[in-house]
Amino acid sequence: MEAYIRGIGNISPQHSWGNVILAEDIVSYEGNRLNCIEPDYKEYIKPIQRRRMGRILKMGVSAAGKCLRDAGVDMPDAIIMGTGLGMQGDTEKFLKAILDNDEKFLTPTSFIQSTHNTVGAHIAVMLKCNKYNFTYVNDNLSFEGALLDSMIRLSDDPSEKILLAGIDEMTDSYFCITKNAGFWKEDISDNLGLLKHAGPGSIAGEGASFFIVTGETHPDNYARFAGIDTFYKPESDKEIDDFIIAFLAKRSLSLDDIDLIITGINGDSRWDSGYFRLQDTLFNGKPLAYYKHLCGEYYTSSSFASWLAAGILKTQSCPETILLNNNEVNKPIRNILIYNYLRNTNHALILLSVC
Amino acid sequence: MTRIVVTGMGMITAIGKDTGENLESLKTRRHGVGSIKLLDTIHKDELLAAEIRFTNDELAAISGITDGERYTRTSLLGLIAASQAYESGIGKYGDTDNTRTTVVSTTTVGGMDKTEQYYRDFLESSKYSHFVYTHDCSDSTRQISDHLGIRHLNSTLSTACSSSINAILIGAKMIKHGLADRVIAGGTDALSKFTLNGFNTLMILDKGHCRPFDASRTGLNLGEGAAYIVLESEAAAKKDNKKIYCEINGYANANDAYHQTASSPDGYGPYLAMKEALDISGLKPSQIDYINAHGTGTDNNDLTEGLAIEKIFAPDIPPVSSTKPYTGHTLAAAGVIDVIFSILSIQQQLIFPNLNFSRKIEELSFEPVRELQQAEIDHVLTNSFGFGGNDSSLVLSKY
Amino acid sequence: MEELIQKLKEEIIEVLNLEEMEPGDIDPDAPLFGEGLGLDSIDALELIVLLEKNYGIKIEDPKDGRKIFFTLRTMAEYITEHQK
Repeated sequence: MEAYIRGIGNISPQHSWGNVILAEDIVSYEGNRLNCIEPDYKEYIKPIQRRRMGRILKMGVSAAGKCLRDAGVDMPDAIIMGTGLGMQGDTEKFLKAILDNDEKFLTPTSFIQSTHNTVGAHIAVMLKCNKYNFTYVNDNLSFEGALLDSMIRLSDDPSEKILLAGIDEMTDSYFCITKNAGFWKEDISDNLGLLKHAGPGSIAGEGASFFIVTGETHPDNYARFAGIDTFYKPESDKEIDDFIIAFLAKRSLSLDDIDLIITGINGDSRWDSGYFRLQDTLFNGKPLAYYKHLCGEYYTSSSFASWLAAGILKTQSCPETILLNNNEVNKPIRNILIYNYLRNTNHALILLSVC
Repeated sequence: MTRIVVTGMGMITAIGKDTGENLESLKTRRHGVGSIKLLDTIHKDELLAAEIRFTNDELAAISGITDGERYTRTSLLGLIAASQAYESGIGKYGDTDNTRTTVVSTTTVGGMDKTEQYYRDFLESSKYSHFVYTHDCSDSTRQISDHLGIRHLNSTLSTACSSSINAILIGAKMIKHGLADRVIAGGTDALSKFTLNGFNTLMILDKGHCRPFDASRTGLNLGEGAAYIVLESEAAAKKDNKKIYCEINGYANANDAYHQTASSPDGYGPYLAMKEALDISGLKPSQIDYINAHGTGTDNNDLTEGLAIEKIFAPDIPPVSSTKPYTGHTLAAAGVIDVIFSILSIQQQLIFPNLNFSRKIEELSFEPVRELQQAEIDHVLTNSFGFGGNDSSLVLSKY
Repeated sequence: MEELIQKLKEEIIEVLNLEEMEPGDIDPDAPLFGEGLGLDSIDALELIVLLEKNYGIKIEDPKDGRKIFFTLRTMAEYITEHQK
């Protein structure tokens, strides 16, 4: 199972509208919340279509448009989205209207737009795409579900061009709710110094990372997804180690073949120890990286990490800002392993390799 | 070619807390639509719904949970149905090696029942913050996984009202591709103020009992429920000497690509989904013995679904019925509930009646089946269509 | 009537979020749906709530919307006739 990345469209808190992150693109933020740098939507969406759209929908539709253009694809063979929270803004809008007006004088627009598959559905309507259209909503494995589905489809028919994405938005209310629930650091002054702020909590983020993936080789491909697997609530360190080793072995690889490991370290002292244990054991001597200081923590952040990895493999250069240790990144960079988990519940491995 | 079979099933709906009770209700025209008793809404006296008449405490007791207050209603329903499916298809929890068993679950609003209760508290303090974690759609999947001890590749998807058919579709593919040996696939959705008011704003709720395929239909009744089936490869099921309920013979998902809520005038998406599912099954339209329709009772759905059925099957349209008048429209659970009803059709050689029908839709050439009917049923087509033009069909065959 | 039409223009722009339109852009005699302004069935439902909320007029059957909301003028006429 392989999925070559043919096109990219990425909206994030960084200047990721280009395809590869450069040192001069890196944006630093004060405080514990990172918001997307949004493009000029007028270029991608007509006013009559735009008027009902919430922010996440505008981000999704534009990133999709950019991605299709980048790949030179007019009509994808499938649209497969991953989103942890879905249409959080529209959901809250309708919910607040219910609560504030005691279920009276409600209008349908925000309810309609609150459905989790709205982004994929809108893209289908805009493109007149009658094909397969799925949306995975599985916590921090939402993008992983979409990726797995894409790879299954491509192993059935490698000629397909699939529009694959991870997308989530952070709203003011949800930020407040999750702040109260202890998700975020209170006293952080700079996202790039995330790891210097010990203690519980991370920083909030969001993003929309779109890919065109196909089973066919092409000189313009960025990189390829070479594997995805997930596991739930590991019961011991050994189980984690065995899982990682078996994942690589299934693809005839070992850790020696992995040139860079991108971890989901998010600065939360309650959970990061799992990554640091691996740094000292199984991953000892390996160059380790992290990415959540750039995009924040959100359910589909692994799609941002995948975008980052694809750029590194394509350009054969790794931005300094993501490196965690002094172990050298050897060139050529052939294989990048992304290991991400949230609250030690859902763990995921994604392998990206050069074409 | 790996054949996919169903070896277990479980369900809870307004017409019964397990498959047997549901079957009995279907046979005796005992529907579950009535006035709203448990959901706290101002529409209580004005709208009907197919509510499951158990409080959350009672549901917790049924599923053997002691701290029921910490669970959303969506999760409680899911746990009950998934546990039944597991027991009927896999065995007693703890006896079976679950390393290659997967849960693919679906829901449309997840833990909304708790979120709408505590939303203002969420914004003010951390008092009810534990329900922040149960808000998103994956919570019920996690609860099911924990309850059944399943940790491999669990997934959740949400494509509105076609969700659970899509769980079966991807579950079948996971087995075909060797990613799992057994998949517990299905969906769960509890009634909530959010969905009740949402459908009400769309003015597609019938104030009386829904009348699918009737010329005078004015909308749907919402329901709640959960259902799951166990999928396995034929080889694995045979090796373990499992009872095989039916074969999943064809499946497809297509998109209408017309409008966020309305179907295209000729039902192009529904047509594509049915046609592709049939193509994959290798069956000719004339071999389908019964269609369990999506048939929600809305003006738009029933007409366009009917037109799409005609485009494929006319002039020999097989018996069609919608069972929504029994269970209401249970959103993410609707597809898999219809799948279990279709399996019961095959097992019992019965076609369940389309209640509340009196007058044919002018534009259509066929009427739905009105009375319980004995018939030879080898192949059933079932449809599930959702917002965002998400259209899915499944072909089930007697094994 | 003209005053009501003017008021409706502003209300419609607001509830339907027609962010790039001015009241002067809406022709009171041009169709609001389909070919004209390009509104759809969801907009019709929004307008039904607008009638109920701002004018106290309740429409039970959404199918009536198409006739009532044919143009701004038909909408204004309906309001004038039905407002208590």
